Amino acid sequence: MAAASPSVFLLMVNGQVESAQFPEYDDLYCKYCFVYGQDWAPTAGLEEGISQITSKSQDVRRVLVWNFPIDVTFKSTNPYGWPQIVLSVYGPDVFGNDVVRGYGAVHVPFSPGRHKRTIPMFVPESTSKLQKFTSWFMGRRPEYTDPKVVAQGEGREVTRVRSQGFVTLLFNVVTKDMRKLGYDTGPVDTQGPSLP
Amino acid sequence: MVSEKSHVDSQQEPRQEEPETGLLNMPARRGPRSLPPIPSASRTGFAEFSMRERMREKLQAARSKAESALLQEIPTPRPRRLRSPKERESETEFGTEPGKEVQSIQQKDDAQIYSRVKFREQKIKSKPQAPPGFPSAEEAYNFFTFNFDPEPEESEEKTKMKARDGTSQEEEAGEEEEPPVRGGSKTDEEGLLNGKDAEDFLLGLEHMANDFVAVRPADYESVHVWLQKEKEILFIPSRLTVPTYKKLPENVQPRFLEDEGLYIGARPEVAPTNQNIMENRLLVQEPRNDFGPSARSQGRRWFGDDGRILALPSPIRPFPCRPLLSTREQSTKAELETLYRKAVKYVHSSKHMVGSGDPPGNFQLDIDISGLLFTHHPCFSREHVLAAKLAQLYDQYLARQQRNKAKFLTDKLQALRNAVQASLSPETPQQSLDTNQKTIKEYKYEIRQTRKLRDAEQEKDRNLLKTLIKVWKEMKSLREFQRFTNTPLKLVLRKEKFDQKADEEAYEAEIQAEINELLEEHTEEYEQKMEEYRASYQQWKAWKKAQRAKKRKKKEAAEEHPEEEAEEAPPGEEPVKPVPPEPTDPGELEQKVRERAAHSRRRPGEPLLLPELSLAGSVTPNEQCPRVEVLRREDVRRRCVYLKVLFNNKEVSRTVSRQLGADFRVHFGQIFNLQIFNWPESLTLQVYETIGHSSTTLLAEVFLPIPETTVVTGRAPIEEVEFSSNQHVTLDHEGVGSGVPFSFEADGSNQLTLMTSGKVSHSVAWAVGENGIPLIPPLSQQNIGFRSALKRADAISSIGTSGLTDMKKLAKWAAESKLDPNDPNNAPLMQLISVATSGESYVPDFFRLEQLQQEFNFVSDEELNRSKRFRLLCLRSQEVPEFRNYKQIPVYDREIMEKIFQEYEKRLRDRNVIETKDHIDTHRAIVAKYLQQVRDSVINRFLVAKHHFLLTDLVVEEEVPNISILGLSLFKLAEQKRPLRPRRKGRKKVTAQNLSDGDIKLLVNIVRAYDIPVRKPPASKFQPPSRSARAFSEKHVASPSTHSPAHSPDYALGQVLVRPFVEVSFQRTICHTTTAEGPNPSWNEELELPFRAPNGDYSTASLQSVKDDVFINIFDEVLYDVSEDDRERGSGIHTRIERHWLGCVKIPFSTIYFQARIDGTFKIDIPPVLLGYSKERNMILERGFDSVRSLSEGSYITLFITIEPQLVPGESVREKLSMLKKFESQEDEKLLQATEKFQAECALKFPNRQCLTTVIDISGKTVFVTRYLKPLNPPKELLNAYPSNPQATAELVARYVSLIPFLPDTVSFASICDLWSTSDQFLDLLAGDEEEHAVLLCNYFLFLGKKAWLVMGNAIPEGPTAYVLTWEQNHYLIWNPCSGHFYGQFDTFCPLKSVGCLIGPDNIWFNIQQYDSPLRINFDVTKPKLWKSFFSRSLPYPGLSSVQPEELIYQRTDKAAAAELQDRIEKILKEKIMDWRPRHLTRWNRYCTSTLRHFLPLLERSQGEDVEDDHRAELLKQLGDYRFSGFPLHMPYSEVKPLIEAVYSTGVHNIDVPNVEFALAVYIHPYPKNVLSVWIYVASLIRNR
Repeated sequence: MAAASPSVFLLMVNGQVESAQFPEYDDLYCKYCFVYGQDWAPTAGLEEGISQITSKSQDVRRVLVWNFPIDVTFKSTNPYGWPQIVLSVYGPDVFGNDVVRGYGAVHVPFSPGRHKRTIPMFVPESTSKLQKFTSWFMGRRPEYTDPKVVAQGEGREVTRVRSQGFVTLLFNVVTKDMRKLGYDTGPVDTQGPSLP
Repeated sequence: MVSEKSHVDSQQEPRQEEPETGLLNMPARRGPRSLPPIPSASRTGFAEFSMRERMREKLQAARSKAESALLQEIPTPRPRRLRSPKERESETEFGTEPGKEVQSIQQKDDAQIYSRVKFREQKIKSKPQAPPGFPSAEEAYNFFTFNFDPEPEESEEKTKMKARDGTSQEEEAGEEEEPPVRGGSKTDEEGLLNGKDAEDFLLGLEHMANDFVAVRPADYESVHVWLQKEKEILFIPSRLTVPTYKKLPENVQPRFLEDEGLYIGARPEVAPTNQNIMENRLLVQEPRNDFGPSARSQGRRWFGDDGRILALPSPIRPFPCRPLLSTREQSTKAELETLYRKAVKYVHSSKHMVGSGDPPGNFQLDIDISGLLFTHHPCFSREHVLAAKLAQLYDQYLARQQRNKAKFLTDKLQALRNAVQASLSPETPQQSLDTNQKTIKEYKYEIRQTRKLRDAEQEKDRNLLKTLIKVWKEMKSLREFQRFTNTPLKLVLRKEKFDQKADEEAYEAEIQAEINELLEEHTEEYEQKMEEYRASYQQWKAWKKAQRAKKRKKKEAAEEHPEEEAEEAPPGEEPVKPVPPEPTDPGELEQKVRERAAHSRRRPGEPLLLPELSLAGSVTPNEQCPRVEVLRREDVRRRCVYLKVLFNNKEVSRTVSRQLGADFRVHFGQIFNLQIFNWPESLTLQVYETIGHSSTTLLAEVFLPIPETTVVTGRAPIEEVEFSSNQHVTLDHEGVGSGVPFSFEADGSNQLTLMTSGKVSHSVAWAVGENGIPLIPPLSQQNIGFRSALKRADAISSIGTSGLTDMKKLAKWAAESKLDPNDPNNAPLMQLISVATSGESYVPDFFRLEQLQQEFNFVSDEELNRSKRFRLLCLRSQEVPEFRNYKQIPVYDREIMEKIFQEYEKRLRDRNVIETKDHIDTHRAIVAKYLQQVRDSVINRFLVAKHHFLLTDLVVEEEVPNISILGLSLFKLAEQKRPLRPRRKGRKKVTAQNLSDGDIKLLVNIVRAYDIPVRKPPASKFQPPSRSARAFSEKHVASPSTHSPAHSPDYALGQVLVRPFVEVSFQRTICHTTTAEGPNPSWNEELELPFRAPNGDYSTASLQSVKDDVFINIFDEVLYDVSEDDRERGSGIHTRIERHWLGCVKIPFSTIYFQARIDGTFKIDIPPVLLGYSKERNMILERGFDSVRSLSEGSYITLFITIEPQLVPGESVREKLSMLKKFESQEDEKLLQATEKFQAECALKFPNRQCLTTVIDISGKTVFVTRYLKPLNPPKELLNAYPSNPQATAELVARYVSLIPFLPDTVSFASICDLWSTSDQFLDLLAGDEEEHAVLLCNYFLFLGKKAWLVMGNAIPEGPTAYVLTWEQNHYLIWNPCSGHFYGQFDTFCPLKSVGCLIGPDNIWFNIQQYDSPLRINFDVTKPKLWKSFFSRSLPYPGLSSVQPEELIYQRTDKAAAAELQDRIEKILKEKIMDWRPRHLTRWNRYCTSTLRHFLPLLERSQGEDVEDDHRAELLKQLGDYRFSGFPLHMPYSEVKPLIEAVYSTGVHNIDVPNVEFALAVYIHPYPKNVLSVWIYVASLIRNR
């Protein structure tokens, strides 16, 4: 295959779901998955994962550290539908039911290099106070039908959410052939030798 | 823990020694430390020793003393982390271990560090609150984690002092030693660093880690201490106002530019506290930052002359504004071009009227006309003229006196002189010499100017006084001359005496000063001139020399131009002479000055004259006057004057007419209140004069200015406006007339011409309302109103509005009109101009809507449209079906095949073209097309709705439970987590989104079957079968020895009649069960079939539209012995397995998907004729013991089908759409409300029962369901077929209806909604689902006079469906409209399993009985306890008109076309069968085919019943030597494809016996309206040998 004219570009993401700050909750685990457009296809690695349960650190920071690795490679022909990572964090409530503690999404960084992202997490709100009480009581909090809806804008106007905490992610992004296909994402100074 | 307390005890001497040796010795020394002070040990030790506290304290004291001594040796560069490690714990250690001998043996190298450490301890010790207790865990933690900062040296000293204070007396003793020691330590420092090995020091560091693990209590510093510290570190500027003197240089008074008349813009608003803080900070911080000599002034540069912080004028505009929109001048498109039309002012609304939007115009203008005074009048006598002049002069005098300019200038002069004196004096050191010189020069210049001005002023004053006196003298002489007095004017000159001497001195001093100055001036001038002179002289000299040289030359050369020389000489000679008259100057000057002073100034000693004009004089009475004078006076008396007030050139009022007084004054004293409605444009007073009773003449017009808004009544000053008239009046009496020359002199010389003139005193002001609000129109309007008046000053009016956007124009205008930049009114304008002109910013003269659009267009639009990739992306985002799920659109255009679009384009093109290739008859093609279009439009609508989300689509939320559920769940809380008897839990439903291929499986559990047809025993045949043709199985099962057909009874009883197995095929995947035996087999097997969604799209919408069917085929497995020879039987078995199709059940996937599971017994669709099989036998056999089952004809199979994992069925979009009110309706609103109510009530009671009140018709409108039911005529042929047998007719009609192809709505419309078409539409479309069939059937039954209802309920396998219920004489029948079968109410095999509601032509009844199975309910709808009716007494049936047509019209179907179609289908099927057998030769038995073809019409006629025997007999007769297996298939005709599928699913083609032959016959029976009944007879024949 001619390296000069590639027909796809590759995006390799690895990194980790580092830590989270949920001031009110403890013993959380998180799930991640990637949402991407139709022109994207994963070629290697895991598209989704579920982490271990972590407890709060005993120091002042009170962070929940997962350090849960992410490693996935995509190929694509079109930057439209750039992959987003969708995180959902779960943990037990007072009665021991697993309930969702936060949803969040962020685009995989465009430019190659090391990126740290802190994303705010939120959960959908109950429609009424009574609902809120019963959902708390029954341990069945409102959830998204699919966590992937947080990665899209459509239909979000009907939901109301409440913020919950933050999750810090670390990405190491490597791209291949983006520049050859005419997509220039990197900062100017870190660009390799420019093509003739 | 720090154990090394040795140094406390150890003396300085050993330490001094040891540093040198220490390096080597250290390890050795460490060893001896046999009792290492482990923390735990020390703690316990402490406990023991706690009583020794006292002693310890003492020791501490001693130690500290020693420490201080040690301090000297501590090298200054201390390692940071060692700084403050231990404070408290180490102390405790000290206490615990002092007695131990071991410690006294110490390492010297550590000592340094320890000493330091101890030093720290000392500090802490001084704090009283810290207990001397144990080190806690926290302290230990602190020790390791704290970051210790180095302390400054000085503080150490301090703390040391403190520590000393706290410690005991023992220490005090040592105190004396300290100071000297410390002094030494400082000097030693360097030496220590270098000399005392640094290595030592480093080693010490290493130990630290181990040795200095000390635990100490947490630091606590009290708030006060903190505050103290903060105070040291932080600087918090005060909030108090800074006194002005601090902000200004010393001895400078604040200077307020504003007071000096300069304009200063409004400062931006800042809170005073903030400002104070800033000022304080600047004052304190600035000097600190730059330590220069000018530090103080540096700080001050932030302050202005007025002592306030410098600030730019506030940039905030006082009123909001918007940039003017103006289109581009050269617009390319003509439509967008703006035509400019001059604005036509709408006079009334904007200009004259006070705006209608404002509060009702309650504005008032008060005009006070107090009086009128003529300064000249035709009736003036000469004396009057003089008097007027005198009065005028006196006024002038008074005005001058008031201003007293001369005095002012004199004072100024004096001040200047003083200033010069001051600056000349030596004690002004701060200014440099030359600046001083400069200022003096300036002062002097100013003095000169001022003096000149003063002189001029003084002269004027004097002249005025002189003329005043002169006029008065003239007047006096005139009075004397005419011997009467006309005016009471009297001028009195008051003399003011001065002290002669002082006056003289002052005068002299003044003159002297002046002289001096002049002298100076002159000398200066002289010097300057001398300078010039010298220069010119030099020049001249040079010139002269040159001249001479020239002369000589010329003389020598030629003497032709003597004049030239003469001419040239004078310029050179001029400067030679001017030797200034220096000596003569003083005298001359003095003389000059004195002369001028005498001229313009009061002479010394001369009294100051103060004129005073009074009206005290007496006027000569009439009697004493001459006749002419009397006449004049009479004339004056006859004259009356009044004023008209004109507002906007309209007379609004007039004053009373008043007589002209003798002094030519008229007093009016009238106030006019003008209620303004129109905008004030002009205000005019007209002066009219009437003479006697004759006409009035307009003397003059007086224009009054319209007052400013600030002028309100009470504050307005009385003003005088002058007027004059140009009338010419000549009078015949003493009056001088007007416009006529006259003279005071007797000789008539020195003529004067005076015109009538005068003054009106008035005041104009805005009135004040009752509540003190001035009745002034709003300012905004005023601007418009003032336009005329302020034209010059108002920028907008003078250059036009457009000028405001053009900065250059504006700037130009500003320059031209000489705007006062210090006028506050102009401030914003000036700012604007300065910004615009200085910044050189380019202000475009157009506004662009999409800026930068051009820059973003990277290719032209055409190019973009040509791009295939772009087009593909567009189509995909539009969700065009072909591209909806297109993945990985290629990067380059060249990689996109043109082919991709072809299909799409073709579809677009063919939208209206009817294609008959796929559809064999044209009518169906048209229908298909139409259906497609309906489908498209509905899908489009659905796609729109799909993007409309409800909360439930996104968020899963538990519904609010009612109290009972809540209670239950409360119990659940108490329940055990793991009960001993677990209960079944529902499967978790999976949302269809995150699925992929292979995730979903279809589970088919085949339980058992009943009444499978059995093989017909060959015995019944008339022809003995050949041996080899006997079924192997038969033989096998029967006793091997009995081969003979003679044993048929045994055979019939004993052998396996059939060996059925079930094959399930779905999406071309085939699974089959094991083979069971007997007609009532039980398999109980689970088959797993993978499910693949179209395009890998597992979205709900996609799954709903899966059209695949699950085929469940029942086969009979037949084993044939193929052994050629009986002899081989012993050694080997050669059998061939054949499978004979017995029947099938077809279940659409969509049904499974919506039902989630299908569980039940289904009737197997068995062809009416199965050659070689029969049921009769079976029935005969079983009748005895299984009579119940035999009631129903046919075979049944029990199945359980589900999808794993369970999918959440897409809710039908109908609810969503109806919620969105997408579908409009023509129904009455009340009816719709009633339906909603009814449905809600029903759903509340029986949520699972189907209740239907409104449906959506094919055009998308909501229609009440009963409108669909109406008697409709079935085709005549059907009625005529069995004229006498109504039951047969009904069956025929049902058959006709069932022949109309079935097409589920959910599939065609992706479950968007049930669309109900009317019966005529249904017949036109020839496709519909259960509802349409049921409606049509019900309508036919109604026509036939039956009582019929539509039954809405659940059936298997369809799920929610519609059946038809009829009332026969004494029982109910349930009709399946799609199959044409009917069942009795109590038929257990009736597929209808539950009944939700009944629908009749005029009412709806909802089932409110306890049960809903048709077996257990009562269908008597008249009982309100069992059936809840929609229309009742409260809501009577309104008589809804039907949506059905009046009558159905049936065309006869073209028989020829049907025949043609029949041939074509036959041909196609034959080809297909040959295709399916690619490896074998397919032979067609024509003879058999023709036999079958004859047979098929018979089948049609008899509807597939009771023909088998005849048929069989006939076949056997004809095809005696063939083994024959085959069956006819019967189907309604819609397309060819389902036919092919059906044939394929039978597996006829799978026979691979080499000599097999096939027969296939097709028969199409046409029914009216193009309803075709298709019969396909497929058979395979194997020739018996």
